[in-house]
Amino acid sequence: MTQYLLLLLSTALVNNVVLVKFLGLCPFMGISKKVDTAVSMGLATTFVMTMSSASCWLLENWLLAPLGITYLRILVYILVIASVVQFTEMVVRKTNPALYQVLGIYLPLITTNCAVLGVPLISTQEHQPFIVSLLFGFGSAVGFSLVLALFAGLRERLNLAQVPSAFSGSPIGFITASLLALAFMGFAGLVSH
Amino acid sequence: MFVAVASLTTLGLILGLLLGVAARRLAVEGNPLIEEIQAILPGSQCGQCGFPGCAGAAQALVAGEAPVTLCPPGGRDVVAALALKLGIEVDLSGIKDSGPQIAEVKEELCIGCTRCFKVCPTDAILGASKHIHSVFREACTACGKCVEACPTEAIAMRPVPVTLQSWYWDKPEERLAA
Repeated sequence: MTQYLLLLLSTALVNNVVLVKFLGLCPFMGISKKVDTAVSMGLATTFVMTMSSASCWLLENWLLAPLGITYLRILVYILVIASVVQFTEMVVRKTNPALYQVLGIYLPLITTNCAVLGVPLISTQEHQPFIVSLLFGFGSAVGFSLVLALFAGLRERLNLAQVPSAFSGSPIGFITASLLALAFMGFAGLVSH
Repeated sequence: MFVAVASLTTLGLILGLLLGVAARRLAVEGNPLIEEIQAILPGSQCGQCGFPGCAGAAQALVAGEAPVTLCPPGGRDVVAALALKLGIEVDLSGIKDSGPQIAEVKEELCIGCTRCFKVCPTDAILGASKHIHSVFREACTACGKCVEACPTEAIAMRPVPVTLQSWYWDKPEERLAA
């Protein structure tokens, strides 16, 4: 049990997918203007990332490895992720039209979030068992949502600050992101592995 | 090779089937009237009605929150079509209808500032920075956004010029028909 908790902690904070591994920076900069949308986007991404971690593990170990066609891994993973995203979109549209309106174009764009592809690939590379792979996906997604929400909060405050005109907009966003990444380096000693 | 092709095909088929079933199960019943109304509107998303795009205008029309006369670029024809679709009586005589129009750039006044083609919702304005702009006749929907954007008043709306492609016989006059 402790092992799994430590795994979650390590993927969410120590090896944060955005700020330490630098995956998924596109939604990180794109949807962090408002906290509400950032949280909803985080939830949708969490669902997709967990589902795709699980289904990619199943495909890798039951289809690709037995048939010896692991060179098709990226192709198959992309196929699965795209389907999961489509499915998520339908579910969100059915259950929460307001959220569907807010997320808009960003929902299908989860497909192109490289973190969603990167996490199952890393998991496969490290030959993790199923539960670990699932938790790895979930933990990474939680880390992603956490950072997205934090960063959105920071950017909401930044809108009120007087930024030199050369830095206003995205540049100050990137500087803030780097400071946030520095802050997350403080977690480095939390879990040793 | 064969295994790869077969397994990918099977995988694709299974996923496609699952998504197809999910699409049926999770189908959202939108109001079909909204889509029909949206098809009547010009679709240039110019925003002159005060709603965010034609989809927003169609929703407001169906909800009864907007008059059928809301669409300036649509002119009298769109008003008549909307009134017919929604079953509303409208007095068409009060509506200003100058016939189909397009934007025209007065070349002696254009300074090539590109402001008009940045606001054009249908990409109907051609040109580059510091070059004289021109209007692409087939794409212009006469929404009038470029007229407001132009700093030198070089753009004006005018009736669509008659060309060999758009010329047609006049309708028979009343006394001949009677």
